[in-house]
Amino acid sequence: MLWAAWLVAGALAVALSGMLARAGRSAARDDPGWRGVVARLHDDRVALLAVRAIIVLGVLALLAPWLAPYSPVGQPDIVALKNLPPSLAHPFGTDFASRDVLSRVLYGARVSLAVAVLAIALAVTLGTAWGATAGYYGGRLDEAMMRLIDAALSVPRILVLIAVLVLWGGVPLPVLVLLLGFTGWFGVSRVVRGQVLALREQEMVLAARALGARDREIIRRHILPNVLSPVIVAATLGIANLIIVEAGLSYLGIGVRPPTPSWGNMIQDGAEMLSSAWWVSFFPGLAVVLTVMAFNLAGDGLRDAAAPHQVDG
Amino acid sequence: MLRFLFRRSAQGALIVWIVATTAFVLLHLAPGDPVRASLDSPLVPESVRAYWVGRLGLDRPLPEQYVRYLAAAARGDLGFSFPHRRGVGAVLADAIPNTLLLMGVALALSFAIGIAVGVFQARRHRSAFDRGIAVGSLVFYSMPDFWLALMMLLVFAYALRLFPVSGMHDAVMYPYLGPWARLADLARHLVLPAVTLTLLGAPAVARYQRAAMLDVGRADFVRTARAKGVGERRIAHRHVLRNALLPVITLLGLALPALLGGSVFVEKIFSWPGMGTLTVNAIATRDYPLLTAALIVASVMMVVGSLVADLLYALADPRVRIT
Repeated sequence: MLWAAWLVAGALAVALSGMLARAGRSAARDDPGWRGVVARLHDDRVALLAVRAIIVLGVLALLAPWLAPYSPVGQPDIVALKNLPPSLAHPFGTDFASRDVLSRVLYGARVSLAVAVLAIALAVTLGTAWGATAGYYGGRLDEAMMRLIDAALSVPRILVLIAVLVLWGGVPLPVLVLLLGFTGWFGVSRVVRGQVLALREQEMVLAARALGARDREIIRRHILPNVLSPVIVAATLGIANLIIVEAGLSYLGIGVRPPTPSWGNMIQDGAEMLSSAWWVSFFPGLAVVLTVMAFNLAGDGLRDAAAPHQVDG
Repeated sequence: MLRFLFRRSAQGALIVWIVATTAFVLLHLAPGDPVRASLDSPLVPESVRAYWVGRLGLDRPLPEQYVRYLAAAARGDLGFSFPHRRGVGAVLADAIPNTLLLMGVALALSFAIGIAVGVFQARRHRSAFDRGIAVGSLVFYSMPDFWLALMMLLVFAYALRLFPVSGMHDAVMYPYLGPWARLADLARHLVLPAVTLTLLGAPAVARYQRAAMLDVGRADFVRTARAKGVGERRIAHRHVLRNALLPVITLLGLALPALLGGSVFVEKIFSWPGMGTLTVNAIATRDYPLLTAALIVASVMMVVGSLVADLLYALADPRVRIT
């Protein structure tokens, strides 16, 4: 049963990855739209590997309930099965409450990825709306909106998050996502605003205006599609950052609360007995590193693929 | 120049005010009050609580409390820490030198190593060396600091027993050591946290430095120098490196706040008695005044850092005029 689930997961990852490869092969490299981006990404071996890793990760997280050999919260025998080193029965060992670390890492992927992806979706939406408004209307409004962003960016985010989470103590997951999203959109708005400022001066916008298009229509039809690729790049790199931030908060015990497994609070579980049971902290940390690396590499690759004329070493 | 300093200081003050106000609002929106949190025991009689509420002015109307809070903060009075049983200012004064030592060493190493590695990478651009370092830096760049700290502890302190596990001094022997032995003891305790922070910091610097070197290497004045027959070494040092250091100055400004703020996670894991450890402990004891103070100190440092970066930038690049 377990083997079948892993086989299905493998097949699913291969199929998705194959779809990506086919999309890359068939499209033209000089296509200015997203097809061209996919095609150029396809030529970047490292970035492609990173995207495949993300696909595998997504499949693992999605199918965690079927792939995990044990329950992530079940404590079968907290005396006899406590802190077992990695073995065939428990590939990543067990923790202080006899829970299977592999199962918890798989379920933790769901929590950590979901939090990061939802928070970044919120941040990107807010940042794009703010940046597009400021950049499109320009002038005094732009000045005022961007000064606010400057101020917001000079507030130490991690300390504000720590302060809020400590004061309210034990916020539910959706609130954590909101907090991360609402404190994470300032950078995106800067990127979008710069892009929109440049786009606004282009002939197509002038043409659209001459044809009688309204501001809303111009922003929606002409400006936003063209800021999509820098926003996707920012989102990909943002996920990498958010996974680390969430892990840090959960490590401090104020992010995702136990017993819900998140990579951060699992590292905390093992921190107290590092010298006797290293595997409890090691494997969730390794998961964080690999995931964050994949998102960073994919983000770098997307940036290069989205701006092919910019040569970087 | 003077106008620039004045304007930037005004902007900085505004930002610090925003942070201080945010902290005030958060504290008063939060459930419970500071007295409830720190005197939360059935053994504490209600009269004691009432005394502290009155003493701290928590029974006054909110606007009055806000003005008092701002006035006190402006005078440098950051409040009283119940768990430490001392003024927050005194608690911070004890922690800051320790953080300054650790972060000073770590930042100096990060920038020295990062710049050197970045320059070498750019010179052997696209070689196996460049790629190898790029992969290595990405790994550390993608690592949560607290996990790297734990793993360093595991390998070098628990498994290999090369360095002490925690603290700044040997708990038993320190009082009996001579001045040189004390220094050596401190250095031994400093190695692991400083190396951890360097491993985390240097890759970012190297990435910046490498990109800047490659950018400047394509500039027209480099081509001109080459056409004039200037040697490659001289081009690399006089023309490219000097210009490529400019973006790194900005990075330095961004890193300055850490000098006082410390690293929350790394300090805590190595039990280094600095600002970071203080902050984490303040979380555990719900020490609101201390947390607020840490927030304000950090925001002041951020403002100062970006100001220093801009000034250094103008000093290093004569093309930039400060107005």
